[in-house]
Amino acid sequence: MADEPASVIPIESDADVVTARQQARAMASELELTSTDQTLLATAISEVARNITTYAVRGEVLLSVITDDLGRRGIKVVARDDGPGIENLELALQDGYTSGGGLGLGLPGARRLVHHFEIETAPGQGTTVTLVMWERENARAA
Amino acid sequence: MAVPILKQGPFLIATIQAALTDTDVLLLQDDVMAQVTRHRSRGIIVDVTALDVMDSFVSRSLQGIARMTRLRGAETVIVGIQPEVAFAMVQLGMAFEDVLTALDLEEGLALLTRPRKEATDSGG
Repeated sequence: MADEPASVIPIESDADVVTARQQARAMASELELTSTDQTLLATAISEVARNITTYAVRGEVLLSVITDDLGRRGIKVVARDDGPGIENLELALQDGYTSGGGLGLGLPGARRLVHHFEIETAPGQGTTVTLVMWERENARAA
Repeated sequence: MAVPILKQGPFLIATIQAALTDTDVLLLQDDVMAQVTRHRSRGIIVDVTALDVMDSFVSRSLQGIARMTRLRGAETVIVGIQPEVAFAMVQLGMAFEDVLTALDLEEGLALLTRPRKEATDSGG
């Protein structure tokens, strides 16, 4: 998977969360992802970026266009922070579990919205969430 | 960006015009509650046509508005949820089961002005 130059968005406030999802949507639109996939991706980014401001105070979102072995392109989103990390990941990925006063839909919800979801975290070591949204097969053929 | 709230007879109409930060959403919640109280409004319409993303925070806040205003005897109708946004909300797990929704402003107003008994039946 070859990475094209990434866009880096520092996440420190709720306005940065909006910036991150808007930039990702612009990138997804350029890649001609379907309008639904653009929305799903933007919503997923909103969830993981908000986790940064809620739990880690600051972090960043990296956006890049990636290509797989078959030439299929996608948007890769890396949301990372040096915050407290997640103690019980299994629990954090369950619907309805929250330690931050929310609904507990953030991580499990984001996971359902994108094609690929990965999370790396440990107590005291920060959290890195990676999301990928691929272009649709028929979109590429068109 | 603050959300303008218009008073139209016994109703309030809040039209969201651009992407909202979490702070904007919380402000909207406060504003709606304050105006519902001041004007003794019977219904509120929140027009979200301009929103291209409704994540769990926005959804929860709008649900909050609907629940709080209901306790004041006013019904809230969320209008204009875009099809892609509806798709994302369901995937996310926000189905808005206890919130009234309508296609657009016109249908939202129709929902609020229908006979009260019917409103109680399907709204409860």
